[in-house]
Order: sequence, then C-alpha cells, then structure tokens
Amino acid sequence: MNALRVVSAGFAPTLQDFGRPHVQNLGVPPSGALDTTALRIANALVGNPADTAAIELRVIGPTLEVASDAVRVALVGTSATLEIMGERRVEAPSHQSIRLTRGRRFRIGGLSDTGVAYLAVEGGFAIEPVYASLSTYVRARIGGVDGRALRDGDALPLRVERAEERAERRCTDLSWRRENGPIRVILGPQDDHFTADSLEAFFSGEYTVTREADRMGMRLDGPVLKHARGHDIVSDGIVTGAIQVPGNGRPIVLLADHQTTGGYPKLGAVISADVPRLGRMKPGDALRFAAVSVEQAEAARRVLEERTARAIEWFGSAEPWLDEDALYGRNLVSGIVGSTESVP
Amino acid sequence: MTETTSAPRVLPRFLSAGDTALVVEFGETVDPVVNRRVMQLGDAARAAEIPGLVDLVPTFRSLLVHYDPLVTSRGAVEASLRGLLSDRDSEAKEGRLWEFPTLYGSEFGPDLEDVAKRTSLTPERVVELHAGTDYKVYMMGFMPGLAYLGIIPKELELPRRSEPRVRVPAGSVSIAINLTNVYSDESPGGWHLLGRTPVRLFDLQRDPPILLAAGDRVRFRSVAKDAYDDLAERVKSGDTSFHPVDAGESA
Repeated sequence: MNALRVVSAGFAPTLQDFGRPHVQNLGVPPSGALDTTALRIANALVGNPADTAAIELRVIGPTLEVASDAVRVALVGTSATLEIMGERRVEAPSHQSIRLTRGRRFRIGGLSDTGVAYLAVEGGFAIEPVYASLSTYVRARIGGVDGRALRDGDALPLRVERAEERAERRCTDLSWRRENGPIRVILGPQDDHFTADSLEAFFSGEYTVTREADRMGMRLDGPVLKHARGHDIVSDGIVTGAIQVPGNGRPIVLLADHQTTGGYPKLGAVISADVPRLGRMKPGDALRFAAVSVEQAEAARRVLEERTARAIEWFGSAEPWLDEDALYGRNLVSGIVGSTESVP
Repeated sequence: MTETTSAPRVLPRFLSAGDTALVVEFGETVDPVVNRRVMQLGDAARAAEIPGLVDLVPTFRSLLVHYDPLVTSRGAVEASLRGLLSDRDSEAKEGRLWEFPTLYGSEFGPDLEDVAKRTSLTPERVVELHAGTDYKVYMMGFMPGLAYLGIIPKELELPRRSEPRVRVPAGSVSIAINLTNVYSDESPGGWHLLGRTPVRLFDLQRDPPILLAAGDRVRFRSVAKDAYDDLAERVKSGDTSFHPVDAGESA
C-alpha cells in the first residue's frame, strides 16, 4: 500500500477539505478547513485541485514517514518548518513543495504562530468520502480516518504511488496571512435581541480568544453583552462565522464544526472573507469587530478570491530537497539549503 | 399584492445571516401553520433550482438559505425567493410516513413512570397518547440525523428535565415541551425518555446514512420485548435497512 505513516500524531490532526455544506438540512455540520485560503495554497503547491483533503494541523504537528515510492508535500499557514529526520537535522521551509522518497521521516513541531496549518499531499488520500467530503467531524465520527483524528500508527493511503520529479514551487506572496484589520461582521439575524449599548460595546471593545476554542467555535473574553428580549429563541439555522450570545452575555463565534441549528440569539455573522482569519487565531489573540453591509462583504470576498488566485499565479521556484547522501557526497549542505538548514 | 388564499398572510421577514446565507422568517414560535409555510418555500426553492444555492435548512419557524456568494448574491437570491412566495397557495408536499417499533418503559424508557406521575396519567395512557399520534418532522438539528417531531398531545407537555443526562442511548424515544424525538446517536440529553426503537436513524454504513428529512411523518408503534429484540438483533448483525410505510409525494 502507498501510504503516509503517522509515527506520532501530535495534537489530534484531522483530514479536511471544503466540507459538506449541502447536508446541513439533515443536521450534519458543514465541517471543512478552518482556513480555506491556506488549504487552497497548499493544494496548489502540490498540483492538487483546491478542494482536495489535506491534514489540518493545530498546536503541535505530527511526525510522518513516507511509505510509498515518493510523495510531494507542502506545509502552509505557519512559519514552522518541516524537519527532515536523518543523521543531520535538515529543515525545509513552509510554503513550498518538497518531494520525499520512501522511508524518509519528517516532523512538524509546535505551531506557535497560528491556530491552524495544512499539510497537503500530491494526489490526496485514497479514502471513501462521506456525503462527498473527506472532512473529519469527530463528534459524530464522520469522515477522515474512521471519523476520528489521526493517531500514532495510522497509515494514510495515498492516491499517487510515486510523485514524479519536477521543479518545486514556492509561495512568495504571504500577504494573505498578515491581514490585521478588524474582523468584519454583518448584523443579524437577531441583532434586535440586544440592547443598543451592547451592540455599541461589541463593536468598540476588544475581545480575546479564550482557551475554549476548537473546530466548533471559540468563546471570546471582552465586553459582556445584554439581551433586550431574553436569551432563548425558537431554534433557527446557523452559519459558519455566526456570533451567538448565550445567557452569560459572552459571545461565541461558530466555526466549521458548528451545529446546524441553535437556540441562542445571533448578533451577527463574520463575513466569509474573514472566516479564514478566525481559523488562524489562537487562544490569547486579540480581535476587534466592525459592522459592514452585505454588499461590502460580497466585494471583500471577491477581493480575497483574487488575492488568493494571485498568490498562486505568482508561485516562484523552490530549491529542491536533495537526499542526504547527495548532500553529504557533494558537501554542499549549507550551500544548497542555505538559511533553511540548521546544523546541530 | 394579490393572494389567492382567503386568510390574510403576513409576509415573512428576510434577515441577514452573513454573506453566504439569508433567513426567511415566518414567525418566532413553534406553530404548525408557520412551519408549513417554511416547508412550502423550501420545496418551491428546491424545485426552482436557484443558481448558486448550497442548501436549504428548514427550522420550526424559518428557512435558512445557504448560497455561494461567488456564484450569486444576496440580492439575486432574495429576489428569487420573493418570486416563489407570491404565487403560493399549495399545500406542502406530503412527506414519507415512517413507523418506528418502540419498546416503552422499563430500562428502555426510564422516565415513563415519572412522566405518568407528573401528568397524572397512567403509564399505559402515556404510551397510548404518544403512540396514537402522527407527527411531522418540523426540523433536523442538534446532531446528524436527529429530527424534532411535533406536536405531542397537550396532556404530555412537560418542561425539559432539570438535570440533563450525560448519556442518552441512541434510539431513545423522548418528549419535552410540545415535541418528541428519537436520539440518532448516543449523546447528552435533557428530554424525558419514554422508550427506545431499534431503528437506526443515522448509520454511515447505510446508503443513505440519514433516514429522516424535514417534512416526513412519523408514528411510533408500541411493541413487546420479543419484537423489539428481533429487530434489534437484525440491526446488530449489520442490517440497518428500514423503509417508510408510505413513500409520500416524491420530489
């Protein structure tokens, strides 16, 4: 079998693609990548269609071993490196493709600069989709590998047995990672359930992502909001990015694994152009909100799509990874890999 | 505007849900008339094949319309939906009718006695009332495959349990307020458990994995332990197929 073997899983990585948003009418959460921009770029680097499932990494990355002739991978969304294990420690930078041959082990360490990153593999995984998606929804054991996060010893079957040699690519435009304006929000559908003072406080105050943050949503610390008409409503539908406020007045921003319906008033929803930014946030990060119109949100989304397409169009070429023998033989370790290598 | 129905109809509210969805709200309560309008618009929108539509999620009182903002826009989707509203006076489609064999009471329905006590009915009468009504799937939600069914006979109405259970087994048939449901998977839950059905509402090995859909009709049939065990045995051996007793008006 052609596989990527999980030597050590790290912090519960899951397979994610664009999810299954079309079966919310059956009560199935949409799931899918928290940061779809990073997923698109990772897939483009290894030559995959944009919606191919990749490994979504949070907190601490895994150690993996190549159990096929050759794989091509790309790590995107973090400045953490891909550490190729061997006699010497060699680090390949993120945001570029790299080809690794059978038996090679590599490790991705702590992700201190982001809430989420992606490891895409050329060709993707040979796993049966559930409702047309490989996305993992752990709570109902749907998708991915047996509906769960990856664990030590898993073998992820690959569609491509041998990634052919070709020029490696590098994403040089990382401006999409650095957006830091306020998170934009469209009011509704239950903004009229809040006092005017609370709405004012929500948009003028600063919030912090608490430790209660996962793929389902993140609880925020900051100005406490007051309901004007009680905090229970007859359940209605929920979208990704919805900001719901339970009785304690502390907002929760709902992410990809959100339930499809719910009974708390929703002040507004983060616009789709800014949802990937939420995914990148981690506990302790500060954020502010700004209200925008639907038309502004639609324009912002088009801008994001254009910027992502441009980042992909502008891919440069990357240094190839030469195997260790070649590196030693030519005694060119520092010369070729340059600043990306650190000698122990 | 002209309406062909005799009763004056209040137009729904179109509310924002970000830039990828909008809510068409017909009311703010659990009400059969409100829900029927939700279902009618949902059926019409599905049939109309509005470009860029991703999903339609009917709830008790509103329709959430998910769309792809790169294919269409809020303005275009709202215009299409308004067009579908204006010439409606048809009944909602009759959904499929399901009959779930249910074993009431004992450890399968640990709250039956308590419900009887609190409603001043005998356990037998509670079962008779619960199994003697046809319900409609008002909405799907809470977890994959879970259906909110209504409306239960008034005599059975009770608030949710003050202490929710940490684990409610899959297949549990329960009531709360004016609704009833079947837990599609094991989960925490605060509803009163009257019985259990061996029918699996959610099974990834089956095609399709999820049995019910909004608009379907459901009735419960009280069965003895033997009949329950027979079906439970079949399900356990991997045969989770189950079919409606009436196919309804297909889409």
